[in-house]
Amino acid sequence: MKRFLAHVRIVALKDLRCEFRDRQVLNAAISFALVVLLMFSFTFDPNTNVEVRSLSAGLLWVVYLFAGVLVLNRGFARETANDCLDALVAAPLSGDALFLGKTISSCALILAVELISLPVFGIFFDSNWLPHFGRLLPVLALGSWSFAAVGTTFGAITANNRLRELMLPLLLFPVCLPALVACMSVTWGIFDPTAVTEIGPWLRLLIGFDIIYTLLGVMVMDTLLKAA
Amino acid sequence: MSEPAIRARRVAKYFGDFPALREVDLDVRPGRVLALLGRNGAGKTTLLRILAGLSAPSAGEVSFPAADAGNRERHGRIGVVSHGAWIYDELTAAENLRFFCGLYGMADPGPVVAAWLARVGLERFRDSRVAEFSRGMRQRLTIARAFLHEPDILLLDEPWTALDDRATQLLSALLDQARREGRSAVICSHQLREAFEIADEVALLHRGRLVFRGEIDASLRAHPQSLYERLP
Repeated sequence: MKRFLAHVRIVALKDLRCEFRDRQVLNAAISFALVVLLMFSFTFDPNTNVEVRSLSAGLLWVVYLFAGVLVLNRGFARETANDCLDALVAAPLSGDALFLGKTISSCALILAVELISLPVFGIFFDSNWLPHFGRLLPVLALGSWSFAAVGTTFGAITANNRLRELMLPLLLFPVCLPALVACMSVTWGIFDPTAVTEIGPWLRLLIGFDIIYTLLGVMVMDTLLKAA
Repeated sequence: MSEPAIRARRVAKYFGDFPALREVDLDVRPGRVLALLGRNGAGKTTLLRILAGLSAPSAGEVSFPAADAGNRERHGRIGVVSHGAWIYDELTAAENLRFFCGLYGMADPGPVVAAWLARVGLERFRDSRVAEFSRGMRQRLTIARAFLHEPDILLLDEPWTALDDRATQLLSALLDQARREGRSAVICSHQLREAFEIADEVALLHRGRLVFRGEIDASLRAHPQSLYERLP
């Protein structure tokens, strides 16, 4: 168990170190999130359209999912350069440790993108999110984990596919739909408690989704790596 | 006689209908270096990937009886130099080696990393990113990465690529030391002279079949190209 946890830590730190060395993905994902939020703010002007306020949580999570794809695409793409995936397969590293390490690093990066773009969302959509931040943070973390867990599993499937940048979102979006709806509903409920009176069921759905897809990734990663 | 370090039995590999390997039997004893030679497309790299556990054979099996007796984890006892460098461009030389020390469960990687960087002549570049390295420097780091966990079995695919004279001598010295310590190596190469200088035995693959297996004698060392006269 100690060795397993050490492997999870080593893989996660390696991925984060690689990313912070060149910041390619982080810069791209943050820029993308900010540009899309800006476009949404012009397309759905919250000052002239009251309905937009109720849509804002949904728009926010769509932006997070799209930006998250940029992070997730890079997760296994990094391993294909210099055939590093072969090094991981040849090493005494279990698939579940690799899966958890990569999911942790991807989740941290997606969460960073979310936290950086949240104040901009507040400005563009005239949303006072700061008083709700304590309740919002666990939702952001759970949502990020759901995207990261599903994305890491599918990332292993598409790792050696020449169309992986296209394939990953095609696989990811439909599967993440329940998590996306849950994140939207909980966030909307936090922003406007009169709109969504019960966020408990949505929160349980999100936690259940995370548990199921984490277990699935842990179970199938060895098989996926051998096939890759 | 001791158990073989590597034992391959009736190993076959098909890519679709194309037979890349056909019923290859191969034993490599501990402390022996085998040169696995053949023309392009003979199946050398395919066989090496199967031995390394990176590819599953379509038929047959590979085992490591000597290391199994020593009860070491299979993956931990193999070191590989492959076509890909298996190192991360974004990391420094030291970070790369530390990462692999961690994967192989080495408790105190600091001194090991420092020793290997010095050994392959990269101690001045320990904090330089691999992306800035020349091809020869990358290959030296690759060699350090393959040897640092002291594997029982070394699988080297074209290990002399981009190495200068000093690095070639270093690789020969490392393989010689590995042999003295009872470790085994399989080397795939087109460079017959270098391969014959270091190897004890030769195996010749031709269109996926093992067509010759024997000791490397003085005449073969003097006339490496004569090996190909044995092709059918």
